[in-house]
Amino acid sequence: MSETPAIEAERLVKRYGPTRALTGLDLAVPAGMIYGLLGPNGAGKTTAVRIFATLLRPDGGRARVLGRDVVLQAAQVRRGIGLTGQYAALDESLTGWANLVMIGQLSRLTGKAARWRADQMLARFDLTSVASRAVRTYSGGMRRRLDLAASLIGGPSVLFLDEPTTGLDPSARAMTWEVVRELAAEGTTVLLTTQYLEEADQLARRVAVIDGGAVIAEGTPHELKSAVGGAQLTVMLAAGSDLRAAIAAVRPYARGSVRPDQDGRRLSVPVAATEGLTTRVVYALDAAGIRVNDVTIQRASLDDVFLALTGQAGPDRTHAA
Amino acid sequence: MSAIASARLVPRRDMTYRHGPVRHFSTDVWVLIKRSIARIGREPETLADVTFLPVIFILMFAYVFGGAIILPGSGSYHEYLIGGMLGMGLAQTAPGVAVALVTDMSTGLIDRFRSLPMSRWAVLTARTLAELVKQMISAAVVTCVGLAIGWRVHTRAIDVIAAFALALLVGYAFTWAGVCLGLALRSPEAAQQAGLVIFLPLTFISSAFVPTQGMPGWLQPVAEWNPMSALASACRHLFGNPDPAVAVRAWPMQHPELAVFCWSAAMLAVFAPLAVHLYRRKALS
Repeated sequence: MSETPAIEAERLVKRYGPTRALTGLDLAVPAGMIYGLLGPNGAGKTTAVRIFATLLRPDGGRARVLGRDVVLQAAQVRRGIGLTGQYAALDESLTGWANLVMIGQLSRLTGKAARWRADQMLARFDLTSVASRAVRTYSGGMRRRLDLAASLIGGPSVLFLDEPTTGLDPSARAMTWEVVRELAAEGTTVLLTTQYLEEADQLARRVAVIDGGAVIAEGTPHELKSAVGGAQLTVMLAAGSDLRAAIAAVRPYARGSVRPDQDGRRLSVPVAATEGLTTRVVYALDAAGIRVNDVTIQRASLDDVFLALTGQAGPDRTHAA
Repeated sequence: MSAIASARLVPRRDMTYRHGPVRHFSTDVWVLIKRSIARIGREPETLADVTFLPVIFILMFAYVFGGAIILPGSGSYHEYLIGGMLGMGLAQTAPGVAVALVTDMSTGLIDRFRSLPMSRWAVLTARTLAELVKQMISAAVVTCVGLAIGWRVHTRAIDVIAAFALALLVGYAFTWAGVCLGLALRSPEAAQQAGLVIFLPLTFISSAFVPTQGMPGWLQPVAEWNPMSALASACRHLFGNPDPAVAVRAWPMQHPELAVFCWSAAMLAVFAPLAVHLYRRKALS
């Protein structure tokens, strides 16, 4: 089983009229891994998840979950999956408890097992005190927790999380992350779509960047960051320092062109982050007689990866460089 | 082990069971019917269309319009009214089923159901059967109010049971039409309005409240072939109530029970497969 990926896509294509949502998506998610699907709005993340969850039929290519074809063996696929979308899919007029028991029974649990699991899930998600209230009285965060609990009640082997923390406050987000990590530690495969680069960086062992309906980069977050250029060295020169001499001093360590900013006080140097680099740069500048106020090395963030690959800025990117 | 300590996200063993497809289907349907009924218990106002509405209609027609309606031949209008009102009450639940279905679609609940190992038919079957429960309530309300205004049956119990069975059969067929309507529309408001626009004329251009003989000549065939007229005539016949339609030559008025049966079978044969088709298409696009 460990050789067969838990989630697999081969040249997956989906069209909505003239719009091509997926243009040949290839993906292989090993069992037991948290896998991130990263991409801008409209990249095809949700479409891909809906195909894997048997909610959409692909127009071309193949998708398998747990080794079963999502079109031809949809019934078997559904037995092993859980899905949490961007909006809580619950019956508003029923209580939280009744929702969980219902989903549990529809997930093929016996009535007794469904009630037992519902109690467990409510306790685990800190919802026991509101278990007998109608869902329509729940706050947004409570709904999302209940929705996640509903996805897990049947004990799925593969969990799809489509932007699970969009619109959540930081503590609710932290709790979702904790749940996802615990699931993966217990052997559940988690496919997570997100627009939050930090979320992918924190949770996912591997990440696929999607743009225009296809995967444009894949690897561990570290590999993706390294591929984009490793790290950025920034040197703040003291007043009156010789800019040209400073550029010459750091050039041996640069992996690309050294760019001074407009007032000539700051240098941005793409570097390969190696052991002791900062020390050597400081000595080189000192040997050239250049006084420096500050030297920092910043590793590339997934933001940089995102920008480099999709040509779109991540949410918190500024254009200082 | 305390409840919290055992509150594991991943169950230790597979607790799911495997049964044959029939048992799975009936379990799924039963779970979903319980959901709809629990919902009625929590929000009794959703029963307004099968409680207040028929009461208002009966009182309005019995005491406001009824005085101006003269039945050809003879007979009490109050006795005439209930046979038509029964079908009216059942048909009026169809817009409600459309609204409920559109709501489930828009909240993503249907998507959740579709990602679970359930039968495709279970969601729609459960919805229509839960509606049948509401329709029984409607029939009971109409019966009670009818008795209160002086309506009586003059036939054997078996005939009365047959009348109610026919009424519920038509109601069930209409529910599938309501399901199709819900699946064809996008918003609960649109479903509500379309339901009114379709089902109100359907119930009124019939012999449910007034004899067709008083309608203009071009409208009479429409009313006579309306399934609501056949149901009204069948019920009046089986209850032993006055039915001026016996004088109408149109086939459904001469054989109302058979006509009701044919109409219901035809509607079920069209709308049930259409509903499943729409459900699959809507879901997969």
